[in-house]
Amino acid sequence: MRRATASRIGRGLVWLYLCAIYAFIFLPVVVLVVFSFQDGRLPVPPLQGVSLKWYFKVLSDRDLIAALLNSALVAGVSSAVALVLGFLAAHGLARQVLPGSAWLRGVLIAPIAVSSLIIALGLLSLFNQMGVRLSLLTAGIGHVVINLPLCFAICYAAMGDHQKAAERAARDLGASEVQVLALVSAPMLAPALGAAFFLSMTFSWDEFLIAFLLTRFDVTLPVEIWSMLRSGLSPATNAVGSLVFLVSVAAVFGAQAVRRQA
Amino acid sequence: MTAGVSVQGVTRAYGAARALDAVSLEIAAGEFVVLLGPSGCGKTTLLNILGGFAEPDQGRVLIGGRDMAGVGPKDRPTTTVFQDYALFPHMTLAQNVGFGLRMRGVSGSVRAARAEEMLALVGLAGRGARRPHEMSGGQRQRVALARALAVEPDVLLLDEPLGALDLKLRRSMQDELKAIQRRVGTTFVHVTHDQEEAMAIADRIVVMNAGRIEDEGAPRQVYLNPKSLFSAGFMGEINRIPLEGDWRPVPGPGVLCIRPEAFGAHGLDLGTGRVLDCAFFGAYLRAHVAPDAAPAMRLVVHVPQGAAPDPGAEIALRATTWGVLRA
Repeated sequence: MRRATASRIGRGLVWLYLCAIYAFIFLPVVVLVVFSFQDGRLPVPPLQGVSLKWYFKVLSDRDLIAALLNSALVAGVSSAVALVLGFLAAHGLARQVLPGSAWLRGVLIAPIAVSSLIIALGLLSLFNQMGVRLSLLTAGIGHVVINLPLCFAICYAAMGDHQKAAERAARDLGASEVQVLALVSAPMLAPALGAAFFLSMTFSWDEFLIAFLLTRFDVTLPVEIWSMLRSGLSPATNAVGSLVFLVSVAAVFGAQAVRRQA
Repeated sequence: MTAGVSVQGVTRAYGAARALDAVSLEIAAGEFVVLLGPSGCGKTTLLNILGGFAEPDQGRVLIGGRDMAGVGPKDRPTTTVFQDYALFPHMTLAQNVGFGLRMRGVSGSVRAARAEEMLALVGLAGRGARRPHEMSGGQRQRVALARALAVEPDVLLLDEPLGALDLKLRRSMQDELKAIQRRVGTTFVHVTHDQEEAMAIADRIVVMNAGRIEDEGAPRQVYLNPKSLFSAGFMGEINRIPLEGDWRPVPGPGVLCIRPEAFGAHGLDLGTGRVLDCAFFGAYLRAHVAPDAAPAMRLVVHVPQGAAPDPGAEIALRATTWGVLRA
């Protein structure tokens, strides 16, 4: 009887612990979202009433919408480029035994370990020396640099003997290398390719440091939000943040959905 | 569509190891040849060289009289049935079977008709819309066969195609494979390490060992008149009795070879022997016998089902068929 009670208490503690962890992780997000509906001028308690006015304000702000579209463009294009490069590199390194291919793999993945501040500063001085003007293009290049290792690692891990055998069979049946890639390798890896693409999208979408240092007149959304914050707290920032969060969540769910198809 | 294959002095080394050592082999158009040997004997390397997945270091390969040097798998008149099937998991069975035709620019409707025809040939009529993961191992292997045959290759290469199947299924697929080969008339080159499979399907068995061809011939000939001790031992159980002095046709020390089932009522007289033990194998009894002339020696003798000699019983040892090979 006592043992049953003890175990019940134990169970209760486990659940409490679980709830505490989730609260710790999600409370900031919940606060952000809740006060984006604040019917007042400051996103701080108490909640003075529920209103969508900040969302209307945000969505009618030209600069914000422009930044949002810029972010989508940079995220979409840079992720696609990183994915194609990462896939081809993974395919090549998985198929061919080159001298020093372990070393090559290491060098391809290494940028993951480098802080994005360092990458941004390096690219900044490189672009300055080359005389390249800062723009969305330069920020996009920066995002390719951080996302390429991720795409490469995901694609490389997904390539197994199974895949190798199917590619061999395709060649045996008369497929050219391009046909092997397009008709066998890529479709067989579709879940991994989708996961890599959506993860890259979320990283690029949220990325601030590189985008801040490598853009000038056209900026991405995180940079625009940062400049909004300089003029003080406002529920409008919360509303933008909630929208950004919504997009990220959608992308993560997208990645999970394609991965589950495997 | 069918063509002969000529392998001329092909050598292939991997590092210091010689996978193939000056192998020459002529295969006639429409022949069903089985390359038989233990793992590492070079049979798969030879198949890879025929398929264009590896190039010989020396020697050359002709298919239908055409030199295959520098011709990749894509452009060879060969297709392969792989041991692990290597089907395309994201395609339906019909798309799998039609893949080779698609690569040759055949239109979709012709492809679909041909795929259905090939699936029917391997006993999978009407399953074209299924996917490979819905099929059993044996069915996948049939699809792989249909896919390889759909492009009407001159030579079909089979790399241990039945290796992943259970014994019963393997035996029934053997019969089917042989029947399909008869119908399509394509030259089949089949690799296996299972000598029963080889005997069941081959027009000609090529026994390989350590990168060389040890023996070749019709199953009956290779089994009954092997050219080497290795070949004799690989084709089935055999008793080896060392001989002293010169025995024609072999100069120098020879070995008398007798299959366990060759012991009978008449033939070469080896005196009597004592039965040590006897086990029931269904169609026959398998006995260990110590010949009186050499009590330390152990012979394996197949005894008819009806006779059940007790341990210690004396039996006459007479070999109806036998051979002498160089030691």
